[in-house]
Amino acid sequence: MYPFALERPRDLNAALALRAQAGRNDAPVEYIAGGTDMVQLLQENVRRPEKLVSLAGLLDDRIEVGPQGLRLGAAATMAEVAAHAEVVERFPIIAQALLNSASPQVRNQATMGGNLLQRTRCPYFRDVGYVSCNKRVPGSGCSAIGGENRWNAVLGTSENCIAVNPSDLAVALVALDAVVEVGGPGGDRSIPLADFHRLPGDTPHMETVLEAGEVITAITVPADAAGLRSHYLKVRDRASFEFAVVSAAVALDMDGSGIRRARIALGGVGTKPWRVPQVETAMAGASLEPARLRQAAALAAEGAQGQGHNDFKIELMQRAIVRAVEIAGART
Amino acid sequence: MPGASSPAAAQGYRSAPAPLDVVLRVNGAEHRLALDARTTLLDALREHLHLTGSKKGCGLGQCGACTVLMDGKRVKSCLNLAALVEGREITTIEGLAQGDQLHPLQAAFIERDAFQCGYCTSGQIMAGVACINEGHANSPEEIREWMSGNLCRCGAYDHIVAAIRDAAAVTGSTRGG
Amino acid sequence: MNIAVIGQPISRVDGRAKVTGRATYAAEFSAPGQAHGVIVRSTVPKGRIGSIDSTKAEATPGVIAVLTHLNAPKLPYRPHKGFTDPDIGERLHVLQDDRINHQGQPIGLVIAETLEQAVHAANLVDVTYAAEPAIVDVGRVDPVRPTMQKTDQGERRSPETRRGDAQDALAAAEVRIDRTYVIPRENHNPIEMHATIAAWNGDQLTLWDKSQWVSNVAEEIASVFGIPAENVQVISPFVGGAFGSGLRTWPHVTLAALGAQVAGRPVKVMLSRREMYYGTGYRPHTVQRVALGAARDGRLTATIQDAYQETSAYEEYSEALTNATRFLHSCPNVYTRHRIAPMNVHTPTYMRAPGEVSNIFALESAMDELAAALEMDPVELRLRNEPERDEFKNLPFSSRSTRECYRAAAERFGWSRRTPEPGSMRDDRLLIGWGMATATYPMNFAPAAAMARLLPDGTAEVMSAASDMGPGTWTSMTQVAADALGLPMERVKFTLGDSRFPKTPPHGGSMTMASVGSAVQAACLKVRDEALARGGANDLAEAMQRVGQPLEASANVKPGGAGKRFSMHAFGAVFAEVAVDPDLGETRVRRIVGAYGAGRIVNPKTTRSQCIGGMIGGIGMALMEHAVVDPRNGRVPNGNLAEYAVPVHADAPPVMDVILVEEEDPHVNPLGVKGVGEIAMVGVAPAITNAIYHATGKRIRELPVTPDKLL
Repeated sequence: MYPFALERPRDLNAALALRAQAGRNDAPVEYIAGGTDMVQLLQENVRRPEKLVSLAGLLDDRIEVGPQGLRLGAAATMAEVAAHAEVVERFPIIAQALLNSASPQVRNQATMGGNLLQRTRCPYFRDVGYVSCNKRVPGSGCSAIGGENRWNAVLGTSENCIAVNPSDLAVALVALDAVVEVGGPGGDRSIPLADFHRLPGDTPHMETVLEAGEVITAITVPADAAGLRSHYLKVRDRASFEFAVVSAAVALDMDGSGIRRARIALGGVGTKPWRVPQVETAMAGASLEPARLRQAAALAAEGAQGQGHNDFKIELMQRAIVRAVEIAGART
Repeated sequence: MPGASSPAAAQGYRSAPAPLDVVLRVNGAEHRLALDARTTLLDALREHLHLTGSKKGCGLGQCGACTVLMDGKRVKSCLNLAALVEGREITTIEGLAQGDQLHPLQAAFIERDAFQCGYCTSGQIMAGVACINEGHANSPEEIREWMSGNLCRCGAYDHIVAAIRDAAAVTGSTRGG
Repeated sequence: MNIAVIGQPISRVDGRAKVTGRATYAAEFSAPGQAHGVIVRSTVPKGRIGSIDSTKAEATPGVIAVLTHLNAPKLPYRPHKGFTDPDIGERLHVLQDDRINHQGQPIGLVIAETLEQAVHAANLVDVTYAAEPAIVDVGRVDPVRPTMQKTDQGERRSPETRRGDAQDALAAAEVRIDRTYVIPRENHNPIEMHATIAAWNGDQLTLWDKSQWVSNVAEEIASVFGIPAENVQVISPFVGGAFGSGLRTWPHVTLAALGAQVAGRPVKVMLSRREMYYGTGYRPHTVQRVALGAARDGRLTATIQDAYQETSAYEEYSEALTNATRFLHSCPNVYTRHRIAPMNVHTPTYMRAPGEVSNIFALESAMDELAAALEMDPVELRLRNEPERDEFKNLPFSSRSTRECYRAAAERFGWSRRTPEPGSMRDDRLLIGWGMATATYPMNFAPAAAMARLLPDGTAEVMSAASDMGPGTWTSMTQVAADALGLPMERVKFTLGDSRFPKTPPHGGSMTMASVGSAVQAACLKVRDEALARGGANDLAEAMQRVGQPLEASANVKPGGAGKRFSMHAFGAVFAEVAVDPDLGETRVRRIVGAYGAGRIVNPKTTRSQCIGGMIGGIGMALMEHAVVDPRNGRVPNGNLAEYAVPVHADAPPVMDVILVEEEDPHVNPLGVKGVGEIAMVGVAPAITNAIYHATGKRIRELPVTPDKLL
């Protein structure tokens, strides 16, 4: 770890005034909340802030379900949200995505806000022995392209970066049209989660639309996402405690045995949590007939670009969609 | 310039800030320490308090050997900066037994031979205690899922699950009356 | 003697220490005033150090010294070869010149007051390289003939062997299989990372080290520093797993000692998890062509195995990759060839069941392919090729329980209910597959020594420089000693892990029970006889009371001539059930049943732990383990425990069954034991991949079988 000064401000305004910047590597001041990803990145010398601003005790950790929908305080832990009775009952896919993430220990510590801001698992990003990583050192190149890229993305990539966003939670949330509430020196604002993460483009080191000094204060999920038949499917090399090879979050509004509306997002394949509206449109009004589902799921491959080792994800993500829709559709 | 420069070249050094005064509550005792802001809870336990029962197997939250209880909940001590856990009640493997009386899970680990090399054992036991307390020890399948944050390279999983079931039965009956 | 302790499922004598956190591993000792050392490593695979500047690092608070090749003392590096070192080539010398031999090679050592300071300062050492083209892509190396093949039993064999004419026989065979099998590099990844604390007192050096062979660490470090081996004491009471990574004395041990010398105070070096991929060995990448020819009735007529493995450019590590092919199944025409692919990587080493586990994956996969081609039950195929003797050595087996293992495991597994057609067994959406494989591993017995001391109070102290990386040496040796002495276990204190104790062979190759156990038994019998004679009593306690002073006896044991008269191996059979999701490609192992004929079992409780542990290791090998070596620079991008997947709790099959068949073998060693640590892992991977074939009809010949391979 590079040395840093640890700031423990007494209130949120004091923290915001320190103008820390989350989700970037070139920021001299950074926030730490649960810290489960931050400490790893500090240990690996990937992040080298001069000042680390603790948000402990400064952020809302409440979980509320009301007529407006679900509101998750940014400091609520993964474990608390996953175990919350109303979340489990009305937004089960969120609990499911969380319980498929990390380990019980990490879920006890990691927060909602931090989960959305966790950095990619791209091994070239996390190993400073690789000089080239545009996310870590802007302009240095991408070691994943032309390297072993089984871990990397097939959707939303650029010639500068093919790193996957690793969050399971974000995949479920983006399928449910979640909104990120943000506070900052310039006031509060709301950002649809779908717009929260940036595509890598020419600036892979800028992962979110957060401005300096802004923090996530809460995540909201609209009420119309409640009570859907849903499933979070995660494919991985081992049975637990691993990031997704491919995942699919599916929430269905059913009309008898047909799909009225499908909400579908993918993980493990995109540079950000990846919603597939074209698949959703094709599934609207469809039955659960497998051939029809496969046809619709094939649309997810639109614009997908394999890099060799990860080509299989283009096929696997379609199958994951089909399976998740079948499971969700079969729920009562 | 031939070859690549090391990452250090990209960034100059800076002097370390002064040590922080940190009060840690571990196994019921208070410890006043002067710690580097970078010191993790795990390193504070091992290097400063000489409580080496919590093991370091990766320092990155990937193995679970450093699992401790914090305010009764299991966490990976390597993923916590020590200075940020002031005021929390930390329980390590050294604080689990009551004097000479082993915790039922410790006893079950011996009886079931739920370890070989013993290096992941502290973490398995602390995670197992939490697993039982959380109510996640109702079936072998549930235990396996909820213990998956703790790697055992010797592969004692089958015996660990048996030990947790044994201990869950004991502590369950104790609670029940 | 009325105290039956051998063969009893006794709980570990060190169990209490391990469950209370009081067992002390290498990094947990505390030498007064110890500083922390962190290694600086190269980020290129080959070339020279262009410049190395430690100015910034030295100026960092808390830094005591920064050692590089520019300022490190020159070390004598006198010749030394331990049994576990490759015969050919020379170990890496640290900080002696500017050469880079592999990615991640140590090029500096930072010593600082605190761990945090040392870690940070190591980042600040500025290095430039004059990089040279490197060979790091095993797919692009032409394998060459090694000088010699060293097998686990210490035998040196030609890397090429022939019996009959396999080529002609293959061409003439009624049924043929000719396939290539690939196993990628795998890392031991014990949960305890390697660590050494070094403390000098004048020219006396104490090392607290993670090691599977303390006496060799002492000898090797003595050779490096040019001091007598007696001056070096190595202490290693507990080893947090190793699986072979602790068999050699790796460069970080020298660096710790060097750092302590320069700093003038004790230095502790604990590797990071990432460093564990650059300096403590690994199972080499292997490529094996196996061709089998058979008659329609299943009798093998030809066996060809042409195999190669990666090694480093500076040492010729060569493992027993073709051994088992020569004798496991009966076949008149057998050809084996072993080659090596030298690369600019660090030297691979023994990893659990080295050689055999890879060999058997290829051979037993090919046998399964042959069974499928013959439309014959895989067990039946093996029974039809069961040899009466070792056809390679032309010797009888000292014992061989394969038939009983097949029978017992098949019965427990319910093999007779298997429907042979691939894809014919289902559980809802999932395809179920049943597969099996044969397992074997040599009985290794090497010279060992032990000392036993009886005290007037009727208790005993027994010691030997052995290790316990997990199998339960502390416990099993206490059992053997108690049995030989005729004392209850609680009156016997066995101690290991100190190079000052009588010498033992390396704690690996499943040889500890045979070797150290026999020495412990001999020393105990000797001191007991002496006590009874001198005390003039039939009761040991009474005799010792009369003797009134401590009595000591040492014993050295070494193999007799049995190896010339018998082929000595453990054998087993492994059966596995998998469930494969045909759409998503995920494979989960539901059941494993292993039956082993491994001679006498000293402690069935700890033995079962070893066996289920080997099964878990085999699951990792079959389904997930793969150290990715970047073909551009030799780095291991997944050098951690998140992206290098090892099995977790949820990967453990709900059913794990271990059958230890009765086997009495009077020839192998005085205790009649064969060891189980290695054989427990052998055969697991092919049983699983054969089951995957049975489930899906897909034959995966390159490990690990990740979902992408089954789409």
